Amino acid sequence: MKEEFIISAYSENHIGLLNRITIIFTRRKVNIESLTVSESALRGISKFTIVVSEERSRVENIVKQIEKQVDVLKAYFHRNDEMIFQEIALYKVPTQALMESDLIERIVRQHNARILEITKDYTVIEKTGHKEETQELFEGLNRFGVLQFIRSGRVAITRSANERLSEFLAERDALLASIEMKSN
Amino acid sequence: MTAPSKEFMEMKQEAIQMTGAEAVIRSLLEEGVETIFGYPGGAIMPVYDALYDFKEQVRHILTRHEQGVVHAAQGYARVTGKVGVCFATSGPGATNLITGIADAMIDSTPLVCITGQVASPLLGTDAFQESDVVGISMPVTKWNYQITTPEEIPTAIAQAFYIAHSGRPGPVLLDLTKDAQFGKFDFSYKCCEKIRSYVPEFPLDKENLKNAAGLIDGAKKPFLLFGQGVILSGAERELQEFIEKAGIPAAGTLLGLSALDSDHKLHTGMLGMHGNYGPNIKTNECDVLIAVGMRFDDRVTGDVKRYARQAKVIHLEIDPSEIDKIIKADVAVLGDAKKSLRMLTRLVKKQEHKEWVNEFHQAAGIEMEKVIQRDLFPAKAGLTMGEVVRMASELTNNHSVVVADVGQNQMAAARYSKFTQTRSHISSGGLGTMGFGLPAAIGAKIGAPDREVVAFVGDGGLQMTIQELGTIAQEHLPVKVVVLNNHFLGMVRQWQQLFFEHRYSFTEMVNPDFVKIAEGFGIPGKQVTTRQELQVAMKEMIGHPGPYLLDVLVEKEDNIFPMVPSGASVSDILLSAEE
Ligand SMILES: Cc1ncc(C[n+]2csc(CCOP(=O)(O)OP(=O)(O)O)c2C)c(N)n1
Repeated sequence: MKEEFIISAYSENHIGLLNRITIIFTRRKVNIESLTVSESALRGISKFTIVVSEERSRVENIVKQIEKQVDVLKAYFHRNDEMIFQEIALYKVPTQALMESDLIERIVRQHNARILEITKDYTVIEKTGHKEETQELFEGLNRFGVLQFIRSGRVAITRSANERLSEFLAERDALLASIEMKSN
Repeated sequence: MTAPSKEFMEMKQEAIQMTGAEAVIRSLLEEGVETIFGYPGGAIMPVYDALYDFKEQVRHILTRHEQGVVHAAQGYARVTGKVGVCFATSGPGATNLITGIADAMIDSTPLVCITGQVASPLLGTDAFQESDVVGISMPVTKWNYQITTPEEIPTAIAQAFYIAHSGRPGPVLLDLTKDAQFGKFDFSYKCCEKIRSYVPEFPLDKENLKNAAGLIDGAKKPFLLFGQGVILSGAERELQEFIEKAGIPAAGTLLGLSALDSDHKLHTGMLGMHGNYGPNIKTNECDVLIAVGMRFDDRVTGDVKRYARQAKVIHLEIDPSEIDKIIKADVAVLGDAKKSLRMLTRLVKKQEHKEWVNEFHQAAGIEMEKVIQRDLFPAKAGLTMGEVVRMASELTNNHSVVVADVGQNQMAAARYSKFTQTRSHISSGGLGTMGFGLPAAIGAKIGAPDREVVAFVGDGGLQMTIQELGTIAQEHLPVKVVVLNNHFLGMVRQWQQLFFEHRYSFTEMVNPDFVKIAEGFGIPGKQVTTRQELQVAMKEMIGHPGPYLLDVLVEKEDNIFPMVPSGASVSDILLSAEE
């Protein structure tokens, strides 16, 4: 059964790694629902957040393949309920519509959205939330004609452990030191 | 390894100025590289120019095609256990390497491929002979990296070697822009010892080894499958000690062959589609299945839904991504096979499973009667691939390095060669690359100059890389090439016969005179068609001090059996076409 999973991967910030990671999905014909890459709490370490709708066993396999990449430090996957996550959406509506009725402003307030910028021609509204929430606001605003709409990839943080990347790196050092390698 | 010259040692004391191109060569020397396989061109000319001054320290083999470069490096890596090194130019040179890199990736062969690239200001401009080889090779390399400044060269090469040979080995590609080759910098070298984002292997998994030992001690019908992981970790002795103590019959995958002496009393043969009868059917009868350094390739498992369902599975594996990928393990032991097996041997009870082992002997008896007999002692006049292979094996006292191409010839070589030494069977397993055999034999001979190297190739596969006869001639390599010539793309024809109602769609071949072609390259040869001629010619070939090509006209429409038809269960293995 397909289910939505959030894959998180920590990696060195190297050119080409994004490609290495996405081809793992392409090769298995798995669609990426959303993808976000940014610097993590530690300088030089990137964090990938990838949302897929797939069978659990396939996701397990994909996560192992991601972790197998030489430049990837660690990869995990979680069910949605195991993480706190958000997406951000921007909406552009005609300012004219805003002027003509106070409904738009009410919708904005009801959805806990906020107005970022107003010009003579257009107004930009911002909303953070889950996809259903940003979608709902879109439906509400579209009655007045949304000129542009954009939603970001998901960002997510685990509920359980805190993101102690520095501790992980210390453990990794100890692990690498403990393996006596075969020589070439 | 050639000892670094005194002058070189002195220079090493302080970092010295040199070009990136020279730094490439010096870095390779630091890694102990003695042999480079390569083919020059515009974008890698500075490196070749630097190489000119190092002719005494390192041997460069000029092949006739970049596919030859990479397969030769694979052959070298497979017999020696060292990293195979390849040079190629940008664009077509680099793309010609790709088949071999993909082959090395799926067969876990350590390679460092260095490709020239256009100067960095030209990257992405569709410059002459620019191709995005980093992008192209990404799915088929363990790691790759583009070097655009000379300063990056020593570190990148050190990492490349470390990554290629550590953990589960694999091919690495370094793409080197022309300006990085020309640029000057202060060179100093340090080998790579670790990379924080990369765990080559996990420490000994004592807990799971104990669980494994418990299962093994309680087993009535344990069966062990060994793959190339045993060879890659140098665990041949540990494997033997383990099965001897625990009394466990064992079988090898195609790539695991030669890890255990063929005549060892617990060696029951080869697994897989054209493997032996016993190992295949017993897979579905054993109670504990111990897989060591193998990845349950579909040519080994057949239908996974009907594979070893009755057995508890123990999987000893270095690569975490292989665990539960195909067959779910009841006990998974992550780590290096040598270390894991050594510990496992200490943990298990000494046992014998006489009756169980006997069942394998009985199965072998059936296979002997129904298949082997007619392959090795045919009643018909026509020669079989099996008898040719067995004769070559016997005439070299089963000590030769056997290199095979792909197809029926490969299966005959695997089934009927006997091995007494590890790293003696070189074949393209995972990718099944026709054209692999001849160039791989070149690398094998260079890596094992004191051993007889016999390459078995089909008439189809030979013609995919036949130009490498030129390399053999130029380097005076005493490689023995045996063409198992059936005038067909035999393996495809076999499938057409069995599964496509004899519709031989484009598989028949009109061949050139291979002996004349060899002669054109200055390589002596002979064509044989009868059993009597074969004996004499084979002896002549083995006794000949230089390279030799023996063109053996075998039965045109013979089949390789046993066979697990694709999609069938291993227990449904067929012993003949009539079944
Ligand atoms: C590069 C490549 N192309 C196609 C195939 C498909 N293929 C597998 S076996 C085979 C026939 C090989 O014929 P030949 O080399 O004459 O060997 P034989 O099977 O007759 O021993 C072919 C075409 C392949 N394995 N590799």
